[in-house]
Amino acid sequence: MGDEIASSGVTLPVASDPTRRAFGLRRVGSFLRGSEEGLWRWGARVASLIPLVGLVFVLTVLAIKAWPAIKVNGPGFLTRSTWSPGSTYGAPVRTDGVLHPVGSSYGAWPLIAGTLQTSAIALIVALPISLGTAFALTERLPRWLSRPISFFVEILAGIPSVIIGLWGVLTLGPFLANHVYPFVSNNMPDVPVLRYFKGNVGYGEGLLTSGLVLGLMIVPIIASTARDLFMQVPPLPKEGAEALGMTEAEVARRVTIPWVRSGLIGATVLGLGRALGETIAVAMITGSILGQVSPNVYGTMTTIAATIVSQLDSAATDGTGFAIATLAEAGLVLAVISVVVNVVARVIVNRTSQHLAPVGRG
Amino acid sequence: MTVATVTDSYPSTRWRRFREHFFKGLSVASLIFVIGPSIWLIADVVIRAVPHWRWSVLTTVPVGVGGGLENAILGTLVIMVGVFLIAGTIGVLTGIHFAELQRSRRNGKAGGSFLRTATEVMAGFPSIVLGYVGYVALCVGLHWGFSLLPALIVLSIMVTPYISKSTESALRQVPTNYREGAEALGMSTGYALRKVVIKSALPGIVTGLLIALAIAVGETAPLLYTAGITNNLPSTSLVHQPIAYLTYYVWTDYNQPIKATQYLSFDAALILIVLVLVLLVSSRLLVNRTQRYAEGRH
Repeated sequence: MGDEIASSGVTLPVASDPTRRAFGLRRVGSFLRGSEEGLWRWGARVASLIPLVGLVFVLTVLAIKAWPAIKVNGPGFLTRSTWSPGSTYGAPVRTDGVLHPVGSSYGAWPLIAGTLQTSAIALIVALPISLGTAFALTERLPRWLSRPISFFVEILAGIPSVIIGLWGVLTLGPFLANHVYPFVSNNMPDVPVLRYFKGNVGYGEGLLTSGLVLGLMIVPIIASTARDLFMQVPPLPKEGAEALGMTEAEVARRVTIPWVRSGLIGATVLGLGRALGETIAVAMITGSILGQVSPNVYGTMTTIAATIVSQLDSAATDGTGFAIATLAEAGLVLAVISVVVNVVARVIVNRTSQHLAPVGRG
Repeated sequence: MTVATVTDSYPSTRWRRFREHFFKGLSVASLIFVIGPSIWLIADVVIRAVPHWRWSVLTTVPVGVGGGLENAILGTLVIMVGVFLIAGTIGVLTGIHFAELQRSRRNGKAGGSFLRTATEVMAGFPSIVLGYVGYVALCVGLHWGFSLLPALIVLSIMVTPYISKSTESALRQVPTNYREGAEALGMSTGYALRKVVIKSALPGIVTGLLIALAIAVGETAPLLYTAGITNNLPSTSLVHQPIAYLTYYVWTDYNQPIKATQYLSFDAALILIVLVLVLLVSSRLLVNRTQRYAEGRH
């Protein structure tokens, strides 16, 4: 009896009693069990450091790689619109001690603008749709219907972005360019903001299609979080509001949404983070046209992520390594935007949400 | 003398009724806007792939402009197993750390907000930037070349946060009674953790793992410049040998001029969708099953 207590690792004053001391195999077992907690603690502590180490490693590598480009491109990198790798045939020249091809000039403004534009469109599209979906799932639909549909929405989050991109570029883009965009373009009044909806609609490979597809991709994140949040709202305040004569729309606007506002903002910012970093779907749909900010919502353009994925191949042929360094600088800009957005989201949400919406990122 | 009534400052009944109908209509319409395109895109892949489907796709490697996808299917499975081992171990241990072992000294509540923030920032980190760093640091910097190990490292760093988060919330749902009961029986903390706490949280942990694998299988950007591509079947070497994967063929072949190559892209998309759906649906079945047991309805 005493042996069992001792071997289970509980410290009891048994060592003074020689008949109760654990010997042999029991002693080994006791040692292992006593140290099992130590093993768990040690392993878990090391493992939990790995994401931090990874983050620091990634940012350090980016910064080191980008440093020559930051020196040569200067602050104008953020505002210029040229993207010229220069001549690989001429002898490379040296600026600020950094070797780069003759005539190379890089500016990331079109990429930054494209990233922000597509993400803005995605957010404008996704936010009302997600809230509406969450309301339909929690308030309007019967349980036997809302459960499978919730599952379906969650599945949508897991569909590989390359497949969404495939659909976007082969099916959705041409469909919109043939049947929807001309109608919109012809009937839009020539007033500020809406003016961007006029003009050549192209072939569906552009800003608006990318934004819409991105919107579809972030709907599951916002909708599933919003659904969880709405279900957390206690019924009594809602019933009280209805008893005061509010309609369902008014209850939603004045009770439910304010109740979970910070969580909704956090989910939205998370969705925004995903839209900013999405690579493959946008790279397939935008047409990856460098050095151009789209004149209207239909134009071809590119984003930071799409540029990195489409340019890395040719950048590797730059013997001076300057093109690679410039891509690192672009990646650093994207990483900084993404980290800031995520940290802001965390500060707002402050752990209100239990689950991390699992969605592909390219 | 005028008496201010509630109706003076309140919108008219007609307006309120309109808003109510508008709200309800919008709510259902948005559901259609989510479900419609989703079904459309899945159906689109099926329609593109099925009419030209050959079962030999599963058993042959790409030859010239046609052939099959055996290399990519096996490569994707190898990557899946690798991510399961690496990210699974790190993610589950990180989740255990956050949920069970780490307590801040001041208030006894779960602490470590710095590590947690780092983990969650990694969850939203742009995948192409991870892929870029994997390329310059591992493939070029360490001279590993396009190969399995850099791909696994990059993908694992990417999906570890999902696993740790789902593990953490699964562990937090284990009732405190279980831990107290284990302690009262004289179990050591480590033994109780293994035999009682983790055991009862296992379905939740496995669900998170399955979802993370579905994400890893569907990734393209982190793999393009780390895994490379090859027509050969996966080899046993971790470095210096490129490895094929399904998303590559979807990404590269869809706009090729030759039909046979395009079909390869659609076939890869179909296989990918099936694989991802199997992973996601089985994770869901696991959740349902566990919930049924938890509610006492066998």
